[in-house]
Amino acid sequence: MNLLELQDLKTYFFTDEGVVKAVDGVSLSVGEREIVGVIGESGCGKSTMAHSLLRLIVPPGEVVQGSAVLSRKDGGTTDVFSLEPDSAELRSIRGNEISMIFQEPMTSFSPVHTIGFQISEMIGLHTDLKPAEIRDRVLELLARVGISSPEQRYDEYPHQLSGGMRQRAMIAMALGCKPRIVVADEPTTALDVTIQAQILELLKDLQEQEELSAIYITHNLGVVAEYVDRVYVMYLGRVVESASTEQLFEKPLHPYTQKLLRSVPRPGKRVDRLDVIEGSVPTPIGLPPQCGFVSRCPSALEGICDGAVPALTEVEEGHFVRCFLYDEQQEPKDDWADV
Amino acid sequence: MTGQMSDETDDRRVLAVDELTKFFPIRKGLWRRHSAVVRAVDRVNLHVDKGETLALVGESGSGKTTLGRMIVRAIEPTSGRVKLRGDDEDWLDLTAAEGDQLRAARRNFHMIFQDPYSSLDPRMTVQDIVLEPLIHNHLARGAVARKRVLETLELVGLSSQHLHRYPHAFSGGQRQRIGIARSLVCDPKLIVCDEAVSALDVSIQAQILNLLKDLQARLGISYLFIAHDLAVVEHIAHRVAVMYVGQLVEQAPTDELFSRPRHPYTEALLSAAPIPEPNRHRERIVLRGEVASPSAPPSGCYFHPRCPYAIDRCRVEAPVWREISPAHHVACHRADELTLTSGWTDPEPHATKVPV
Repeated sequence: MNLLELQDLKTYFFTDEGVVKAVDGVSLSVGEREIVGVIGESGCGKSTMAHSLLRLIVPPGEVVQGSAVLSRKDGGTTDVFSLEPDSAELRSIRGNEISMIFQEPMTSFSPVHTIGFQISEMIGLHTDLKPAEIRDRVLELLARVGISSPEQRYDEYPHQLSGGMRQRAMIAMALGCKPRIVVADEPTTALDVTIQAQILELLKDLQEQEELSAIYITHNLGVVAEYVDRVYVMYLGRVVESASTEQLFEKPLHPYTQKLLRSVPRPGKRVDRLDVIEGSVPTPIGLPPQCGFVSRCPSALEGICDGAVPALTEVEEGHFVRCFLYDEQQEPKDDWADV
Repeated sequence: MTGQMSDETDDRRVLAVDELTKFFPIRKGLWRRHSAVVRAVDRVNLHVDKGETLALVGESGSGKTTLGRMIVRAIEPTSGRVKLRGDDEDWLDLTAAEGDQLRAARRNFHMIFQDPYSSLDPRMTVQDIVLEPLIHNHLARGAVARKRVLETLELVGLSSQHLHRYPHAFSGGQRQRIGIARSLVCDPKLIVCDEAVSALDVSIQAQILNLLKDLQARLGISYLFIAHDLAVVEHIAHRVAVMYVGQLVEQAPTDELFSRPRHPYTEALLSAAPIPEPNRHRERIVLRGEVASPSAPPSGCYFHPRCPYAIDRCRVEAPVWREISPAHHVACHRADELTLTSGWTDPEPHATKVPV
């Protein structure tokens, strides 16, 4: 039994210009102590998917379909989407069983409360601990995430901390109630590389020691390659490919994934020109039922790819792709290994 | 310091920066008393040749943007010189230029900014945006100017159908093309690209990087490429300069810097960047602590509190900027004895890169 089973999630935004199908039928699972990555470019729906999981979508957005079955700490299971938005049960899940690390730690903390107060408040909501016990727990957490002199930092305000420190405090808060899954939306995008390395190594240690699972939402292929067990590639609101990290980087199947991996400069392998994906992502309003990538795909088959949405099919064990090129189990035309 | 002194006699040079420094005062209290300074840029020397890309890397607060802005004279340096070679092959001291002389010089250098959403005026059409520098610099007017605008747009992959649209009608990548067209229209010698591709998605980033390379090959422009993404820097730069807390710590040809860094900070930067290859197992150097504050830098070498190789001497004596091998400069006491690795390059040798 997986920790989390997301099935056929559809999150739409009902705007004046039309219905934006930001997430259009995404399924995803997270196993015990597994780090799952979701990659894709801006507008592919990866953040909307993450926010949907925590029921953070507000009008004009709406989760119109789907289920997210979570196995609980007490051994039972709950479909997060079946709960009322204000229900006590949802609040007992959020922060306590699934928690989230946001991209911008500056805007995610309240500027008028101390770091210590904000983390304590969250632990107070979810546990019966006494104030003194909560304080001890917060100090322990701050030390755990590598914040020096936690006693002093406890009484400081977010603006007094550097970006890396704030992101650590954010992680301390996300881990405050020992959740089983952490959803990290671009956890290191705003940070410098040396600080990014500190944070990613910290998350890896925590995952190993605290039996934590995680979903990393990112556009950084390097982060995926080094820190993620299994990857979902999203394009225009759908998962176009999913595989183990090794499979995906060694033998990407979907033309989008192949193009994406080739469009980044590779360390130590200099080429004269980078491969580019021509055009740009279409606006997800009123699109006909077709493969989302058809307008930019070099291998698009006329009359097939623009006529229907391909299904996500398992081509090899654990390797799924949503592309008509693999309908009859043909070999990929493109030999990735030679690159 | 050798190599920097002969700038004016070397005819490949387009830009020479000598001992460039910017201290921002910190004022406090009722009388705004001058209480301390932020050493944003501290005695930086560098040069850029014709048709060459020099990358400037470093973390936030290292002073790379301040340095870029001083070079285009968007801010005034505290001391030091910026010299640019104009059309007439004469050197102009930009830091001393005033009035018409400065205006005339400005057409030779431009800047491309990071955020293509906030760097274009939303109320101007593409034609006006690209036309403005021509008018402002009195380079062309009327039909001649409009023809030049169209040619420039075509150069960056846009066309006449885009002329009368507003920036909001374009995607991020196209907006960055408009920004590039605006900086190209006066036929500059040097473009300062301040994190010009950092805000773009990878597929769009590749388009812009290819465009910048094509333009360099066709027009012989030089770039000062300010960036933090090392894979991008390796791809586009001929030489790389590494900044830490306002100072240059290392400068070398790209291949050499990425295969054989000589400064521990460069080594740590290279090792910290995650690379998109799951099977490449590297030793990761995770630096302790954070970047030092430029308003209260540590004693000796600014990097010593985080440096895994620091010795007593590093804590008291600031290292001198020196040429350790031809064209390879470093500021580290232990550069000669340390053997640093990048974990970055494969054993296979690169093709040598020569500036166009």
